[in-house]
Amino acid sequence: MKLVTAIIKPFKVDDVKEALRSLGVQGMTVSEVQGFGRQRGHTEVYRGAEYTVDFVPKVRVEVLADDADAAGIVDAIVTAARTDKIGDGKVWLTPVENIIRIRTGEMGHDAL
Amino acid sequence: MDTGDTAWVLVCSALVLFMTPGLAFFYGGMVRSKNMLGMLMQNFFSMGLVSVIWVLVGFSLAFGPDIGGGLLGDFSFAGLADITNADFGFAAPLTIPALVFVAFQMMFAIITPALITGATADRMKFAGWVAFLGAWSILVYSPVAHWVFSPGGWLFELGALDFAGGTVVHINAGIAALVLVLVIGKRKGWPGEAMPPHALPWTLIGTGILWFGWFGFNAGSALGANVTAASAFMTTNTAAAAAMLSWLAVEKLKTGHATTLGGASGAVAGLVAITPCAGFVNPMAALAIGLIAGVVCFLAVQLKFKFGFDDSLDVIAVHLVGGITGSLLLGVFANEAVGGLLAGGEASLLGKQFVAVGATLAYSGIVSFILAKIIDKTIGLRCTEDEEASGLDLSQHAESAYAAGEFGSMGRVG
Repeated sequence: MKLVTAIIKPFKVDDVKEALRSLGVQGMTVSEVQGFGRQRGHTEVYRGAEYTVDFVPKVRVEVLADDADAAGIVDAIVTAARTDKIGDGKVWLTPVENIIRIRTGEMGHDAL
Repeated sequence: MDTGDTAWVLVCSALVLFMTPGLAFFYGGMVRSKNMLGMLMQNFFSMGLVSVIWVLVGFSLAFGPDIGGGLLGDFSFAGLADITNADFGFAAPLTIPALVFVAFQMMFAIITPALITGATADRMKFAGWVAFLGAWSILVYSPVAHWVFSPGGWLFELGALDFAGGTVVHINAGIAALVLVLVIGKRKGWPGEAMPPHALPWTLIGTGILWFGWFGFNAGSALGANVTAASAFMTTNTAAAAAMLSWLAVEKLKTGHATTLGGASGAVAGLVAITPCAGFVNPMAALAIGLIAGVVCFLAVQLKFKFGFDDSLDVIAVHLVGGITGSLLLGVFANEAVGGLLAGGEASLLGKQFVAVGATLAYSGIVSFILAKIIDKTIGLRCTEDEEASGLDLSQHAESAYAAGEFGSMGRVG
């Protein structure tokens, strides 16, 4: 099993959600995060004093998937989140040892 | 000169000024968090620009001696020169200093264009708004205020009634909002994408400030501390309360819930509808006007989905539809002294109300459209797609409403 983690632009969340839903993905977790990659931060001005803010607001999307489905999910996220401008974010895969559904105690594939 | 009247209208002027920041928070709570400061600024800025315009030429164009035909005032009072002993032509002379009248009317001039900003929320370019606001204040607000509020104005002479601004304020701003929305276009993602209010507590605070300030708006329009002011005070509160109840009742029936935003919206709809009527109706009529306005404005919110115009915060449903509702209902519910239909008056008052509503819609609609088109082609009315995506706070003002920089990543430049 795999954990697909994506960092995307906040206004792309709906597009990504729809893309995953149409793949049949059953659930996802999103969180508001901040960070930086190659995209520069921005400048804010308070009473004439300029400040740089390095961290850019992003959304982290996490999806648990079967090994066989992971590549399709990555493709869907990449397609939906791409704007071809800097700051589109990243997607990565992490191997997952086990998954447990809390309500039923189901494990592994059954818990997906 | 009456000291009691003077004190009351001075206080009312301050109350009406307070409505503009109230409106800013009413709207601000409804936008997405990335646009909070943008929304606040579009409103606050009106207190800056329109105040200056009002002193320089705005007041004079609205209340100066008529240039002919009841269409516009002249420049006699530009810079508020030679104004101390002016009487502005009222049949019953003002019992307050001329400058108090100037101040009171200024606060109306400030909030009226600010009402428009709710319709174009989340996508207007600040520079475009600055240009539109200034031009609109001079070319639309002052003329319409002259027609209706100045004794030399043609609608005033016709006998159309508007106690505190149903036509001048709400219909005027409402039709301008519709025109601006059509020129500027929909927000990216509307109507498919959810754009829920980011902080309704702000909206409720704003509603409270608006309601409070509206006593200045309506009861102050009596221009004295007298029976008319008392009547307007009670009708204002009654209509707001009744409209809150009727909006919530319909909402509960149609959606299953009575919401805080519904309660706030209903109250504002009632306040809008009672504005033209406040000093001309009795409390039971105010109750009826409020109940009707709450239902009509609630239903009018659906218009934007039906016709596909993105009136972000329902300025058209609340101010345009609410203003028309109140202005026309005045012809029905006005008390005996004024001659509404139900008080045995003739239909001619209702006819005059139709003329006033129609003239405001036509003039404000056309001039607002021309201004919007000119500004859109030159300065630009709408921010870029990237600016819209990152939000107005950062893109237009280089600030954050809710300090994202507190992470400690912020460095001083230079």
